[in-house]
Amino acid sequence: MTDSTFPWLTAMVVLPVVGALAVWALPAGVRRHARHVGLAVSLLVLALGVGALLQFDTGAAATHQLADLVPWIPAFGVSWALAVDGVGLSLVLLSVVLVPLVLLAAWREHPDDAAGRPGPGTATAEAATVTSATTAPVVDGTRIRTYVALVLLLEAFMVAIFAARDVFLFYVLFEAMLIPVYFMIGMFGGLQRRYAAVKFLLFSLAGGLVMLVGVIALYLQGPGGEQGFLVDTLVGAEMSTWTERLIFLSFFLAFAIKAPMWPVHTWLPDAAEQAPAGTSALLVGVLDKVGTFGMLTLCLPLFPEASRWAAPVIIVLAVVSVLYGALLAIGQADLMRLIAYTSVSHFGFIVLGIFAFSSVSIQGASFYMVNHGLSTGALFLLAGFLVARRGSQRIADFGGLQKVVPVLAGTFLVAGLSALSLPGLSTFVSEFLVLVGTFTRHPAAAIVATTGVVLAALYVLLTYQRVFTGPTRPELVATRDLSTREKWVVGPLLAAMLVLGFYPAPALDLFREPAGQSLEDVGVQDSQPTVSTVSPAETGDHDGSDQ
Amino acid sequence: MSFVAPEVQWAALAPIILVLGAGVVGVLVDAFAPRAARRPVHIGLTVVSLAGALVAVALLWRDVRADGGVEVLGGSVLVDGPTLVLQGVIALVGLVGLLVVADRTDSHEDAFAPSAAAVPGSDYEELARRKGLTTTEVFPLALFALGGMMIFPAAGNLLTLFIALEVLSLPLYLLTGTARRRRLLSQEASMKYFLLGAFASAFLLFGAALVYGFAGSVRYADIARAVSVPSDLDPLLVAGSVLILVGLLFKVGAVPFHSWTPDVYQGAPTPITGFMAAVTKIAAFGAILRLVYVVLPALEWDLMPALWGVAVVTMLVGTVVAIVQTDVKRMLAYSSIAHAGFVLVGVVAMTSSGISSVLFYLLAYGLATVGAFAIVSLVREVDARGGAVVAEATHVSQWSGLGQRHPVLAGAFALFLLSFAGIPLTGGFTGKFAVFSAAVEGDLAWLAVVGVVASAAAVFFYVRLIVLMFFTDPAGTPGSSTTVVRTDGLTHVAIGLGVVGTILLGVLPSPVLGFLSDAAVYLP
Repeated sequence: MTDSTFPWLTAMVVLPVVGALAVWALPAGVRRHARHVGLAVSLLVLALGVGALLQFDTGAAATHQLADLVPWIPAFGVSWALAVDGVGLSLVLLSVVLVPLVLLAAWREHPDDAAGRPGPGTATAEAATVTSATTAPVVDGTRIRTYVALVLLLEAFMVAIFAARDVFLFYVLFEAMLIPVYFMIGMFGGLQRRYAAVKFLLFSLAGGLVMLVGVIALYLQGPGGEQGFLVDTLVGAEMSTWTERLIFLSFFLAFAIKAPMWPVHTWLPDAAEQAPAGTSALLVGVLDKVGTFGMLTLCLPLFPEASRWAAPVIIVLAVVSVLYGALLAIGQADLMRLIAYTSVSHFGFIVLGIFAFSSVSIQGASFYMVNHGLSTGALFLLAGFLVARRGSQRIADFGGLQKVVPVLAGTFLVAGLSALSLPGLSTFVSEFLVLVGTFTRHPAAAIVATTGVVLAALYVLLTYQRVFTGPTRPELVATRDLSTREKWVVGPLLAAMLVLGFYPAPALDLFREPAGQSLEDVGVQDSQPTVSTVSPAETGDHDGSDQ
Repeated sequence: MSFVAPEVQWAALAPIILVLGAGVVGVLVDAFAPRAARRPVHIGLTVVSLAGALVAVALLWRDVRADGGVEVLGGSVLVDGPTLVLQGVIALVGLVGLLVVADRTDSHEDAFAPSAAAVPGSDYEELARRKGLTTTEVFPLALFALGGMMIFPAAGNLLTLFIALEVLSLPLYLLTGTARRRRLLSQEASMKYFLLGAFASAFLLFGAALVYGFAGSVRYADIARAVSVPSDLDPLLVAGSVLILVGLLFKVGAVPFHSWTPDVYQGAPTPITGFMAAVTKIAAFGAILRLVYVVLPALEWDLMPALWGVAVVTMLVGTVVAIVQTDVKRMLAYSSIAHAGFVLVGVVAMTSSGISSVLFYLLAYGLATVGAFAIVSLVREVDARGGAVVAEATHVSQWSGLGQRHPVLAGAFALFLLSFAGIPLTGGFTGKFAVFSAAVEGDLAWLAVVGVVASAAAVFFYVRLIVLMFFTDPAGTPGSSTTVVRTDGLTHVAIGLGVVGTILLGVLPSPVLGFLSDAAVYLP
């Protein structure tokens, strides 16, 4: 691991925690500035993230760099070990990019006065969902202060977990990060927020506790000692076949719930429907990546034999997720639920790419994680803007908005097209790589999963059609278009999708070597080298620039 | 043979003597000090004696670390690493707990009946209330109980064990009956606790007699020696040690000896509930640890399956029954039963990390428990007509919306609940991890799995309370509302200490864990 004098990653964890405490402790007079403080802190973290990127040696992307290693609980063999390879770094960056945008998007959500509420007539009982479901009188900005503090706290956990190189540390963060999300859904969500928050927490905790047993068992299989939980210490530990398989399953179950894969995905639509849009963007865009990230960076290197053993079943589940998520998305009447189901489908692709065990598919899956964060984050935030204007999440309550709010419609369309993997947008590159890579090993799975692409076109375009085209509903005539602030929220995301769509090479450089490393860890070689004679980067590049 | 005067190392007994001595002085204070001076004098005495005990423990630790410990009073009291750790934890948690006991509301009303002897509802009771009597004897009683608890894990023979049990139990029976509100409930709880407790003590004494019959001695060292030699009298030994364990398991509230717990926790004055929930359990587990690890290890294959069973049943019953509770104090009571099960998982690991993990768990659990009950003691009902603050609002529905009106207090309670639930970065998680990994290390992975399953189920009822506090609007029930009373502030100090301790034990547990693994060595 390369040494760097400045602890970039630790700083990116500590700063948001300090910021969260500062926001929480703001004296009564200045609490309305909680947003400003929060945004400033998140921008500072973003700056640190850029600094970390500059320090990162892209030439050795498979090496874990920027390492910070301090003993944390030596009695348990636990270290505060942070380091990132290309995949980890990209997800850390995704997190720190999304957080300021989410805070910016929440500028008028959870208002401390009634100003941000939708106009009278639109705020029906069933509709008072995203814009502050406050029924209690709100005093001196306590709520916005809490929201900003929770988002910052979550940011710290997100950065730390994507950089964690210690299994115990990873587990601790995996569970601890549930708590801020739980409060973000439960305190700021829609009418069914209690149900959704508890369901989210119980599903995730159940998975996590199963993983805890695996974590303990894994430690005992390893050499132990004061750094016994380091991933590097545990890789290659001697285990009997079934021990390895059982521990693998305990990890995989937790990650599958998190990801979420069919059939343990049911918490996600509820959580996304009830959570405020910004929370959903973070939850689905970043947090759920912890599941796939864990599969890629923990399951494969720690349990190579078990990963190969389970791969066929996992691939089937992933393909089912792809189709099931897409089919259910088509049938949704609620905008947020719809986006949630599309994510189930997309996570199916990511898992498929990881467990297809070809360097191309793993590289695609890694890239997919970032792209899905961008496109789903943008979709959730845009849907949040829509819902804030209409006061309803029901798709049927919209119609013909295109003429009234062209910018909102256009940005939504771009984000949607990214979700359906239109060439020229970044998701296309990753989805293509996943499918090509999968095809080299499991042609049938790749072919079936490809129908998911067709279904994606259906759910995106049908939704666009129902919301934005047709005659404008009379009550929507006065709808505002995106404000400058809102444009700033979605602008960076759309720009990133386009840039990475046309010129994915720098991003793919981050993922190529880690993908090869993962493949080596799991002990598989690319089966048909002939397919990968075309360098994956060029493939994506080429296809992108055709458009 | 010449007569040798007994040489007593009084210094090694300093923590015990300080606390019991303060109790005796406290009785004199109640007898002779003018009424106005009693409370401040008692508080001063309590704080000084417990802080002194902590200092004494710290000073003794240096010697014990060097020579492994001493036998005092002919082996009746063993001062070794675990003894000192437990005495220190008991003094610390006891001190925090007594801060809550000492507190009173801004209308100078403490948690105790003006005259506990008065028949509920009688003229005498009303007279006592109007004359402003106070039950300041709770302080010496609590100190006596603490003194007994500090001897309990240090006991080096079965008779000392029994005496310590009585010294700690009798004051608790009394304290349970002194609640200011809901007098009948409190007296009933006291009676139940006394009867069942006396029964359990009898079990313990009978077991001690049987073991004496087996070993010909009540000294732990002698018994341990006798146990390791096979003999015809083994059935006597097994029966005796099972009966002793029954007496001790009763004190920790393990299933099937738990039935007193919910009633007593509910009926006792809430500060006392917190005090005894935390400290009694610490002391009793200390005694169990010494018995299982030092005296009876050779009986492992006779006793362990029974203890495994008790641990499993305790975790499951505590968790499942807690789910259906609607009273906060009863819910916490069942949760404490479940925790007794988790601690037992560490006890039966039979490894040295088992000892240190149990000690850690008890510390984390004790701090969070005292803090949680301290908060319960602050949340009160408001009388709809007079607007006067009346009894504690212990029905869960009365806690809805608390997080919106008192975010800091509710936040602290949520933290304690999350710690009970074992969420990472709280002391409860570190403790659970320690006991479960000790169990796995002791080849009891299946027990750790049961523990994890129980933890997962337990999350449900802890989380339900958080949902009520934070995600539900304030109780709209007409005619009653809930408030948080103002107090002299001691309770808040206790809650603050609980919060700091819970977070520190979760985020930076390393120093404590390191210290405990050093200290977890028993005298042979």
